[in-house]
Amino acid sequence: MTERATGSSARTVLRLRDVRKNYGAHAALDGVSLDVAEGEVVVVIGPSGSGKSTLVRCVHQLEEIDGGAMYLDGELLGHERHRGGLRPLSARQVAAQRRRAGMVFQQFNLFPHFTALRNVAEAPRRVHGRPRAEAEREARALLERVGLADRAGHYPRQLSGGQQQRVAIARALATKPRILLFDEPTSALDPELVEEVLAVVRELAAEGMTMVVVTHEMGFARDVADRCVFMEAGRVVESGPPAALFGSPSSARLRAFLSRHAADHPADQKVLS
Amino acid sequence: MTITATTSSPSAPADDVATSRRRARPLRWLAAAVLAVLTAQLVAFLVGNRRFGWGTVAQYLFDPSVLSGLGVTVLLAVAAMVIGSVLGGVVAAAQLSDFGPARWAATAWVGFFRGIPPLVQLIFWFNLAYLLPRISIGIPFGPTFASWSANDVITPLTAGIIGLSLVESAYLAEIIRAGVLGVDLGQRDAAMAMGFTPAQTFFRIVLPQAMRVIIPPAGSQFISVLKGTALVSVIAMNDLLHAVQVIYNRTYEIVPMLLVACIWYLVVVTLLTVGQRRLERHFARGHLRDVRPVEVPA
Ligand SMILES: Nc1ncnc2c1ncn2[C@@H]1O[C@H](COP(=O)(O)OP(=O)(O)OP(=O)(O)O)[C@@H](O)[C@H]1O
Ligand SMILES: [Mg+2]
Repeated sequence: MTERATGSSARTVLRLRDVRKNYGAHAALDGVSLDVAEGEVVVVIGPSGSGKSTLVRCVHQLEEIDGGAMYLDGELLGHERHRGGLRPLSARQVAAQRRRAGMVFQQFNLFPHFTALRNVAEAPRRVHGRPRAEAEREARALLERVGLADRAGHYPRQLSGGQQQRVAIARALATKPRILLFDEPTSALDPELVEEVLAVVRELAAEGMTMVVVTHEMGFARDVADRCVFMEAGRVVESGPPAALFGSPSSARLRAFLSRHAADHPADQKVLS
Repeated sequence: MTITATTSSPSAPADDVATSRRRARPLRWLAAAVLAVLTAQLVAFLVGNRRFGWGTVAQYLFDPSVLSGLGVTVLLAVAAMVIGSVLGGVVAAAQLSDFGPARWAATAWVGFFRGIPPLVQLIFWFNLAYLLPRISIGIPFGPTFASWSANDVITPLTAGIIGLSLVESAYLAEIIRAGVLGVDLGQRDAAMAMGFTPAQTFFRIVLPQAMRVIIPPAGSQFISVLKGTALVSVIAMNDLLHAVQVIYNRTYEIVPMLLVACIWYLVVVTLLTVGQRRLERHFARGHLRDVRPVEVPA
């Protein structure tokens, strides 16, 4: 745990208030409230189907929420005030809001027809209208930061999973986001490639990047999280410093989740005990 | 390494696959022989049969009226393909839209122009003046700004271009729609996540990847428009087929003149196929197993 983010004076970057999202009759998010302070790393855990992916996808406006409100740096996301009420933003305005956050996907989703360098440089060029040379210079610096300076000319198909995910992180950083959202960034990776990706995330945390990370890597959660959030059935059941959450879970459901996880992942035993 | 390969008997020579010889494949020899005989027969037939009239073919191959017919055929095919692609793109976008009325209109469009034989459509457009004597631009049910006599506007050329373009747009809409549906949804997510607008997402990320799937059937479609242009000879358009027909109606050398047309159709189709292969390679960037990393200057 670091002290940088926990001070009460830190600014709130992301605020969710009673966010609801339904798929038909099923409530994937059932009133989620959450504040993320500047520089804070929030790790989200929970069983499959509890709404973790839905949460980050809603924050990034890849899905529309059905109720509640979300704010990024105090600005309402997805809607604007109009004639005493609210109305949805235009697609263009939503795109502008998305530029202020970055997202890393479980399946990488790199653009297969672009090289690693162009994957990273494309958004600064097309979205922010930066000159090509400048965008590529910065993209190269980002690739270097994730340890892939020598892979700039490779297409995604020519990279290992871990390398692809590191390019994806560089790509998400290219727009200089206020906050980074990760949806299980290591779940699609072979076990021996997980650590190279987590190392990059750790480094970003040390540099003070504000992040929300959905993960099943409990060891990582314990090391890096300033705060850990346990979700189940579309709700935040428990939230707090990882030591408290893993050490003395107060809800029966979190205890059940942790012991089930420990049974499936004996290697994590010491982390959870 | 301390482990070495073991052979069954210590006295046998060490195995080395580099010394392995080619396997005999008798069925391939048989197939090659059959193909050679068939080819020889075909050549003997083409050369030995005087009725092909190769001399006449050579005489008329570069005849000015044949070349101008070829020009018209290529012009019609290119115009139909370009206009058809643009319309087809719009119709495909409408079919994929979440706006119901646009979807229904696009579906009706495809059903209509794909469902009626192209020959019927061409004759219909050529006779448009009967249904619509004047064509005008203005506010619907309001004043008009400009108007023309349909008989002046609808020439064989415009009727041919309109008819073929509309048929093309219906087929291409389906080809484009299938290509776009084939692109992984995660690509759209990733582009939107980076702040691309929906239009940027479509044109920069989704469409270039869809092109890989779109080009082969679109190439076949272009070839069928090229051949479809032969239909316009019925509305007295001076295309390639019409040009050779005019000549053989005079000289009665039907077979040699048809050969002239065949040769030109095959030449154009071959050029198209070469172009198609190049386009395919361009859009396969990053998808082929053997592509080499791009050299990027540091
Ligand atoms: N597009 C969708 N349409 C319908 N239901 C959906 C959709 N996406 C998610 N759901 C449902 O919403 C619930 C939450 O899904 P979500 O993907 O957020 O879970 P998760 O916590 O990320 O699970 P996992 O750990 O398996 O990734 C699930 O019950 C899921 O079936
Ligand atoms: Mg998920």
